[in-house]
Amino acid sequence: MIPTTYFVMLSATLFIIGVIGVLIRRNALVVFMSIELMLNSANLALVAFAQARQDVGGQVLVFFVIVVAAAEVAVGLALLVAIFHTKRTTNIDEISTLRG
Amino acid sequence: MELVVFIITAAIAITGAIAMLLSKNAVHSALFLLLNFGAIAVMYLLLRAPFLFAVQLIVYAGAIIVLFLFVVMLLGAERAEDDNDVLGRWQRPLALGLAAALIVEAGYVLFRSGTLAIMAPTADENFAAPEKIAAALFTKYLLPFEITGFILLAAVAGVVVLHLQSPQTNSQA
Repeated sequence: MIPTTYFVMLSATLFIIGVIGVLIRRNALVVFMSIELMLNSANLALVAFAQARQDVGGQVLVFFVIVVAAAEVAVGLALLVAIFHTKRTTNIDEISTLRG
Repeated sequence: MELVVFIITAAIAITGAIAMLLSKNAVHSALFLLLNFGAIAVMYLLLRAPFLFAVQLIVYAGAIIVLFLFVVMLLGAERAEDDNDVLGRWQRPLALGLAAALIVEAGYVLFRSGTLAIMAPTADENFAAPEKIAAALFTKYLLPFEITGFILLAAVAGVVVLHLQSPQTNSQA
């Protein structure tokens, strides 16, 4: 069997890559993808700990995270489409006002 | 044997994530993200979580990636964005510095904490069979499960309302 530490290290690596993506990319869609990557890495750590402790509760929590992530992507992409209709851009530096 | 599978899959996952970060074309980013999600699904199999393997492939690799690709192509946002960056000159080095600080921090925490290494996985291969997850979901976690239904309903209603309003405001203006 593989030690839990390896999974946690992989999870931390993926999370850091996601953080770097949020920090250095300006395309709102890629920033969204980086957020998904971070959610996934957190899920991986949760499943690894659930397996280490032989507790099914961790996997149920991952299931809830996936549901919330799906809802978040639907609403977020709808917001991006609405913003694009008024501002004609997906560059998050140019979207700096709350008014449509 | 499992360690070999783990190392190959981890390499694929990290490669997919970094390629997602670096590719200029947003469609390529979405497809590299799909590669990463597939690798994480294999990780779930290695962790004896067949239910989450299926959910990961259906929800993430299926629904979410298709939604991303659809929106990227709808908006025509796949072109490079970095040509006219005004703030980028000082933002990017600052961001990379902060990310480097985070890497150092995470590495420090990982290698200092001795508690992580103790938890070696124990015997039961079948502790997270889909039947057991369903039993937990519909007894102990029934209320959170019901709440997810409301969350999805709220998301659907929100998306519909968001796109009902734009023609109305245009006609009023």
